[in-house]
Amino acid sequence: MTSGMALGPDELTETALAASKADGCIVLLTDTSEVNLRWANSTMTTNGHTTTRSFSVISMVDGADGAAIGVVSGNGVDLDEVRTAVAASEEAARQSGPARDAAPLIQGAVDDDFATPAAATEIDVFARLTDELAGAFRSSRGRIAGSAGSDELLYGFAEHRLETTWLASSTGLRRRWVQPTGTVELNGKTADDLTRSAWAGAYTADFTDVDLTALAAEVRRRLSWSARRRELPAGRYETILPPSAVADLMLHLVLSMDGRPAHEGRSAFAAPGGAPGGTRIGERLTDLPLTLSSDPTAPGLRTAPFLTTTASGDSVSVFDNGAPIPRVDWLRDGTVNALAYPRAAATELGGRFTPPPENLVLSGGSSASTDDLVGRTERGLLLTCLWYIREVDPVSLLLTGLTRDGVYLIEGGEVVGQVNNFRFNESPIDLIRRAGEVGTTQSALGRELKDWFSRTAMPPVRIPDFNMSSVSQAS
Amino acid sequence: MMRTGMIDPDFLALPLRPVADAALGRARELGAEHADVRIERTTRQMLRLRDGKVATALDSSTVGLAVRVILEGTWGFASHLELTAQAAVATAQRAVEVARSLRPLNAERVELAAEPVHADAVWVGDYEIDPFTVPLQEKVALLSEWSRRLLAADGVEHTEVHLRAEKEIKFYADSAGTSTTQQRVRLHPAATAIAVNRAAGSFESMRTCAPPTARGWEYLAGNTFWDWDGELARIPGWLAEKVKAPSVQPGRYDLVIDPTNLWLTIHESVGHATEYDRAIGYEAAYAGSSFATPDKLGTLRYGSPAMHVTGDRTQPHGLATLGYDDDGVATSQWDLVSGGTLVGYQTDRVFARRLGLERSAGCAYADSPHHVPIQRMANVSLQPDPDTDTATAELISGVRRGIYIVGDRSWSIDMQRYNFQFTGQRFYRIEDGTLAGQLRDVAYQATTTDFWGALEAVGGRCTWLLGGALNCGKAQPGQVAAVSHGCPSALLRGITVLNSRAEASR
Repeated sequence: MTSGMALGPDELTETALAASKADGCIVLLTDTSEVNLRWANSTMTTNGHTTTRSFSVISMVDGADGAAIGVVSGNGVDLDEVRTAVAASEEAARQSGPARDAAPLIQGAVDDDFATPAAATEIDVFARLTDELAGAFRSSRGRIAGSAGSDELLYGFAEHRLETTWLASSTGLRRRWVQPTGTVELNGKTADDLTRSAWAGAYTADFTDVDLTALAAEVRRRLSWSARRRELPAGRYETILPPSAVADLMLHLVLSMDGRPAHEGRSAFAAPGGAPGGTRIGERLTDLPLTLSSDPTAPGLRTAPFLTTTASGDSVSVFDNGAPIPRVDWLRDGTVNALAYPRAAATELGGRFTPPPENLVLSGGSSASTDDLVGRTERGLLLTCLWYIREVDPVSLLLTGLTRDGVYLIEGGEVVGQVNNFRFNESPIDLIRRAGEVGTTQSALGRELKDWFSRTAMPPVRIPDFNMSSVSQAS
Repeated sequence: MMRTGMIDPDFLALPLRPVADAALGRARELGAEHADVRIERTTRQMLRLRDGKVATALDSSTVGLAVRVILEGTWGFASHLELTAQAAVATAQRAVEVARSLRPLNAERVELAAEPVHADAVWVGDYEIDPFTVPLQEKVALLSEWSRRLLAADGVEHTEVHLRAEKEIKFYADSAGTSTTQQRVRLHPAATAIAVNRAAGSFESMRTCAPPTARGWEYLAGNTFWDWDGELARIPGWLAEKVKAPSVQPGRYDLVIDPTNLWLTIHESVGHATEYDRAIGYEAAYAGSSFATPDKLGTLRYGSPAMHVTGDRTQPHGLATLGYDDDGVATSQWDLVSGGTLVGYQTDRVFARRLGLERSAGCAYADSPHHVPIQRMANVSLQPDPDTDTATAELISGVRRGIYIVGDRSWSIDMQRYNFQFTGQRFYRIEDGTLAGQLRDVAYQATTTDFWGALEAVGGRCTWLLGGALNCGKAQPGQVAAVSHGCPSALLRGITVLNSRAEASR
């Protein structure tokens, strides 16, 4: 299906490029079609079907001190707006002064489907989900096995988004990419006092593979573990981090792996005590053969093969629009292997062009599942996911945050009950160092970061001494 | 530069009425018992300088049309970017289709609290100079000058300076006959100085404490509303002292918390906890719920008797301030915590009715024409001492062994708003009632009711400051809102302080 937008992508981009008087011009157009559905207390709360467009002109103007950049974004609904944006971005470039990240614009590469209209989704993509959800709402009013007899209330969110991006440049680029993104999250709570909570989530491209009934069964299984409750004090515990928790922690790790701050000595990836420019690339963190990678061709997690951005930063440059995206191993076989560099920074600082991740996979563990890790645990904690993770100290990359939706006590290889939530203080760099056992990699949503970074695959990880800094009364 | 005070003419030139009438008419034909239309334009500018050079200069705007209907007691929402009568009719139809197809999932009939009709109302924020009328070059020049001053100081190796400017114009019309047109701006400038110690493998930073504001460019032009020159001049010295400061001994301390830090603690532990939608579970799967549930309204001891917290959408220059909300409700001020007891909630029209209130508190807000309005935070403010104009130094003089905390930095709180941990920009040791130099690596951790129960005294009006943030997140799909929090300095006894370095070591 197409969105029926009045102004076609080729007409819009060619008009912009023809109007450009700058020394270089990049046009980015993204049409987004999205449906979403939210529920709480076993009833729907909000929903929506939205059609949006973001249109950006990036103008490059050469000057005596180097190239300058101006970026203007709008809706791109008519040709007058497009021409106005082109002129405004050129004026912004002239007023901004030279850019530090200047580099020649990327050449060539034309996609055959460039003129194809935008992809669109419809509310009926949720048809099966809606049926299964209605069934889950009905059966949630039945009793939870093994519990004292509480009903279950369901909460959650599902969204499906198709983003069609066109990139056209004065240097001949004509690229198009359709990015599907779908997620579903299901959260169950005991209805009597809401003191027990469980969560499950899944990534999908098109919802044909979403089995809400299976997610509901997993939530119910976890709620049944909660029938027995124990209170535990703060302290260090042997802890099994399931893939969702590992996803959020690894995203915090990789998003701090920018090259420039490390070179400047103001990042956890600066070489301690080293000479100016020294980074921790090459430092072994663990003897486990762990590899943390991003790869546009990763199965089930595909992302655009070329770079698009409207704003430069430490990890990315607008000059690099259209650059082919390589696979990047941020950690390789347990060793720090790469930091993010735009092309200009790579040249200036002696690194390699390395764009930031669009998906993230941690691999190199055994074939063990989370349940297998539980089975090999004499006494420890099994988490469900983490929440409200914030950086406390950038020097060590110390993060704080909360456990959420079920912390379970393991004794003799079995889950024996639920314990209270905790606030933790931990650095993901240190967690990689201390990882005792790593299991099999599977598609997993980071509970906190999934709304803007959902393409992650992670293994369960055993930490022998996870720092639970204080008790949280939240449930 | 122009003096403002009226809605931008190019927004008024959009086909607001015809588009709204087309959507409302179609929704009515299709059987909606309520419909509302928003036509919005949000303009944003992001400017970031690194070491004095422009790293990011991005101008963006979003325009769109939103239609919300109630059909057989079920919400339906749709939006589109095109502002034509044809697109409006199609969008209204889509909103009705969404409501109809999802009707089987709805177990709670949606009903709105009554609200008088506000026809053709106009509201414009209290600002003087629209920041979007100031040339980019002038902004770059100012931020470059800030960077230059910081970089010229000993010990400052790097700087990061940024400015965010936003302008929001909303036209709202509903099937009851209310129509409002509103315009406001917001600005957040910030400058950070960074020191690097390569030998020790460490680094440290110090940021301005200037809050974001709903003032215009006048906020930055001169030192009338914030002492920019004074703060920028002192940052390198503060940073140098922090780098050499002793690391804190963990333990319990009496804290005097400056408004530049306390606003964020109020935001997290009171602002979010008194949102009615959270209290009844609507955010339970995402942003979280609240320990302050409706059964405790009127009885929960939130804090000491010194604690008086108000909600408002009327505070001049407040980031959540507006004439009417996205339900078409006229805004007001009311009590949330009085004498330390929970006495009120933030509501929209659906939740006000569910709570049994006659009228909504006016907290409905959508951050974009492409998002559905939800209950968002009002300006939630801690009131100063009503009787005595106590200065911060007087609060400090009452502490034998403690820490004075200035500026916000790291923050985290759990999903029911019990357990929190905050850091700051500067921490001063208090010894026998006087400041005795900076400390470092301080994080304070507490449970909300314990913390506010330990509130011994609040400072007077002379200590009061309107802090806030542009980046408060909530809901799925995620929405971002700007909100202000006014507060005085405060004295709290016996709060747990951690050493963040010790927390990291293993």
